Amino acid sequence: MQKYSFLSLARNALTYHENWQRAWRSPDPKPGYDVVIVGGGGHGLATAYYLVKEHRVGSVAVLEKGYVGGGNTGRNTEIVRSNYLWDEAAHIYEFSLKLWEGLTQQINFNLMFSQRGLLSLGHTLQDLRDIQRRINANLLNGIDSEFLTPEQIKEMVPAIDVSPRARYPILGASLQRRGGTARHDALAWGLARAADSVGVDVIHNCEVTGIRREGGAVTGVDTSRGFIKAGKVGCVTAGNSGVLASMAGMRLPLESRPLQAWVSQPLKPILDVVVMSNAVHAYISQTDRGELLCGAGVDSYNGYGQRGSPATLEHAIAAIIEMFPRFSRVRMLRQWAGTVDTCPDACPIIGLTPVKGLYFNCGWGTGGYKSTPGSGWVFAYTIAQNRPHRLNEPFSLERFATGHLIDEHGAAGVAH
Amino acid sequence: MLLIECPWCGPRDESEFAYSGEAHIVRPLTPEELTDEEWADYLFCRRNTRGDHLEQWCHASGCRRYFNVQRDTVTYRIKSVYKPGEPPPGDRP
Repeated sequence: MQKYSFLSLARNALTYHENWQRAWRSPDPKPGYDVVIVGGGGHGLATAYYLVKEHRVGSVAVLEKGYVGGGNTGRNTEIVRSNYLWDEAAHIYEFSLKLWEGLTQQINFNLMFSQRGLLSLGHTLQDLRDIQRRINANLLNGIDSEFLTPEQIKEMVPAIDVSPRARYPILGASLQRRGGTARHDALAWGLARAADSVGVDVIHNCEVTGIRREGGAVTGVDTSRGFIKAGKVGCVTAGNSGVLASMAGMRLPLESRPLQAWVSQPLKPILDVVVMSNAVHAYISQTDRGELLCGAGVDSYNGYGQRGSPATLEHAIAAIIEMFPRFSRVRMLRQWAGTVDTCPDACPIIGLTPVKGLYFNCGWGTGGYKSTPGSGWVFAYTIAQNRPHRLNEPFSLERFATGHLIDEHGAAGVAH
Repeated sequence: MLLIECPWCGPRDESEFAYSGEAHIVRPLTPEELTDEEWADYLFCRRNTRGDHLEQWCHASGCRRYFNVQRDTVTYRIKSVYKPGEPPPGDRP
């Protein structure tokens, strides 16, 4: 792999940037692999990368039905944070955030990771109590978190309306300074390049149509490009996890819903933190290109169409304009949606399945992007060792039968 | 925006309705005889169909009555609407 550095940039400038290597190969599938990862999103690519890097698995392929960065990894609002309430969730998201902090260097790809700080607003007395509780829980788990008064919020975000007459008055906020954003396309491309560089075959336009089993163990996958033998299969297909599960004769506690985001026309710098509000289901940040990048809550009904409901969009825009009245005349540039797999307790399912050699990593719902490196790391461990790591042990499929749910829904709200 | 035909009130805007999830889930008659896994399956597991999905909607800002809808979850096209107690369209496994 060609290393990206100032020197390589200067060298390639001399040849008018015409001689850059492809960032990753585009190989044809081999007849078989030790591990096949279904789904070439961030989580799948990270899993493949760590499988080789950390666990020395011989041959790994990532099968992507479309192209890298065409799914949820390229459709989110780029927010990275770890201020979750419950220990189980806080541990895995914090582990992930720590990986984020070194990821640009590790995979030699500028992820534009910016720990610009993240504000979660409170609009009611109950919101404030929940925020205080979450701050204390975070601090006990070693996660940075602090409380800001409306005056401090106004100082940090001059564009925000903290007047008591607002429809949703802002009474306070929690701030995670280590939270922020990272460019999502860069993550998809950087991980594909990193996985490729350690020998993983990243195969595009290869849709899995069946999971072959023999005597309760997985033997391979049928794909649009033929049968591929596999010792182990890891499914990381977000919104389509239910479809994959039914191929293996399983049912999952998931519902696939559209989750929307949109950007405005580019503006001069006005907002240098991420602002989110669980109570009104909206979040906003400004990208390096100057666009206001906003996200809504998840749509109310199931959908695989990668399009959102205008009613949800309108609701979130109204809330954002209420918080930032001066954005009322900003034009919207693009709007899109991804298909997220929502779990009843808003926590992921990462682990073994009743089928031997088949593993699932799904149910991240609206919170998948920020967890990408951590999720890939623990999933690689789970596949390689055939048992969950202590970080993802609580997120087993069995928790729905045992009742040990991790109710992150009320804690984190819907905005991720 | 979906245009949903309430079987009692006629076609109305999506924003008048509340989605109520998968239709035709029958509560087990003898819960005490089920294993934890079977109960979890009833409580949490869903078909989550990609394609024709039978689902419940409630006309929350209208007549406040529930009804069933057959909707394609990829195109979002509503194929049919029927009242509770009526048989679902087509054959179901």
